[in-house]
Amino acid sequence: MPEHIREKVHNHPCYSEDAHHYFARMHVAVAPACNIQCHYCNRKYDCANESRPGVVSEVLSPEQAVKKVKAVAATIPQMTVLGIAGPGDPLANPQRTLETFRMLSEQAPDIKLCVSTNGLALPECVEELAKHNIDHVTITINCVDPEIGAKIYPWIYWNNKRIRGVKAARILIEQQQKGLEMLVARGILVKVNSVMIPGVNDEHLKEVSKIVKAKGAFLHNVMPLIAEAEHGTFYGVMGQRSPEPEELQDLQDACAGDMNMMRHCRQCRADAVGMLGEDRGDEFTLDKIESMEIDYEAAMVKRAAIHAAIKEELDEKSAKKARLAGLSVASVQNGTTGRYRSVLMAVATSGGGLINQHFGHATEFLVYEASPSGVRFIGHRRVDQYCVGNDTCGEKESALAGSIRALKGCEAVLCSKVGFEPWGDLEAAGIQPNGEHAMEPIEEAVMAVYLEMIESGRLENDGALLQAKA
Amino acid sequence: MALKIVESCVNCWACVDVCPSEAISLGSTHFKISASKCTECDGDYEEKQCASICPIEGAILLADGTPANPPGSLTGIPPERLAEAMREIQAR
Repeated sequence: MPEHIREKVHNHPCYSEDAHHYFARMHVAVAPACNIQCHYCNRKYDCANESRPGVVSEVLSPEQAVKKVKAVAATIPQMTVLGIAGPGDPLANPQRTLETFRMLSEQAPDIKLCVSTNGLALPECVEELAKHNIDHVTITINCVDPEIGAKIYPWIYWNNKRIRGVKAARILIEQQQKGLEMLVARGILVKVNSVMIPGVNDEHLKEVSKIVKAKGAFLHNVMPLIAEAEHGTFYGVMGQRSPEPEELQDLQDACAGDMNMMRHCRQCRADAVGMLGEDRGDEFTLDKIESMEIDYEAAMVKRAAIHAAIKEELDEKSAKKARLAGLSVASVQNGTTGRYRSVLMAVATSGGGLINQHFGHATEFLVYEASPSGVRFIGHRRVDQYCVGNDTCGEKESALAGSIRALKGCEAVLCSKVGFEPWGDLEAAGIQPNGEHAMEPIEEAVMAVYLEMIESGRLENDGALLQAKA
Repeated sequence: MALKIVESCVNCWACVDVCPSEAISLGSTHFKISASKCTECDGDYEEKQCASICPIEGAILLADGTPANPPGSLTGIPPERLAEAMREIQAR
């Protein structure tokens, strides 16, 4: 990532793999209306127990949103970013969205402002977004081919008409591309989100990635389709499958040749609050924020001090990471880098960049690749938490099997502790449990385990070995 | 002559902003169309605006009581397929 962009996103939890362990974000749901229909979305669904993108429990007025943002920023000083991401399309609700941004840029100037959009109304909003100091925009671009678009978008509302089919998709695509170009021309950072829909746009997304990169998008986030029948979406009801974690990873790798890929997206709700992977929205419901008295001037002083301390820690960490990359296998094994294949390992962490979570408490695992050239973050795999502290739970076994399925392709799982029963099942599935690196930094532990695997002779690359013998 | 919003409305606000007659307002449980203000967009637009942006099938009724967006017309899900899927989910 170029330095000027890195500088802009260093404290953005959604854009930086390191930062998301330290900084928090929030979304305010001020934008309920939408101007298009996507086959992966059902506007009918709204339930407080549901947590998936596009779903919120409480739509706020701009004034309520500003109050909530200040309350959260004062309570969670690590909060750096405010996003508006729905539950409809923020730019299909221009007054509500822009009014919220205008007030925040005046009243809370230390918060970065982001917006997500389907792009249909983007070109007409770019000027106004630039005025309110928005430096990050996410456009969801699932295709650049209208024929493929027609399989994803049944209709759009455009020029006071409902338009369907290929014609609708063509208009949407044109608006998205135009908006992307206009934002880049104004120096506003653009991230592109794409939903991977197997058999519909999966192959096509490689081309999408090339095009948006060429036009100046700084990051591409390929996300898996969520399509459960009970969500009542077109894809869910019609039996369209979601991608397997490995398919997603392969596509992300294929696109990565062309640009920076985002690997730790959690597909948050449009009203999520707190660190990625946690949701503290319950602490900031309307009735609760009404009674909070916020001294934002004082909060800003405190926030600045905390942000500076975190930045120092992150800088230290990235320097350490750079040293660690130098201390890769090659230097340990006398320049025999070609000999060892790469290995995927899963890590259970509750944040802070440490291995600090019990296997059974993890609701997701971070996946890292260790290779002779170092350790790199690959993505995360969500699992159903199987251990709820209740031995009588009848679901326990199947959920453990689900966790093991989610870890497919990983050869080790690093966690703070792991129980006797899952230990055996993991080993049987070819995944080595490892609790020896509890509370250690993730990258260092992954490299240590990789070196152990090399020492034990498990990673000899057959071809290279033969060559070495000859 | 006026359109009507019924209880399946999910309060997404989309219709409010596009109504040329300011006939739509937030009711106690869902949005409502004022029968005296609604012109069915006559003279303003070719298509009835609320019905053209509403994402919920059956939530807006035409003056004769039939749905402006009948089942299957917006999502593309055939109604029989939807019914079958709902039965499967209930049976779990």
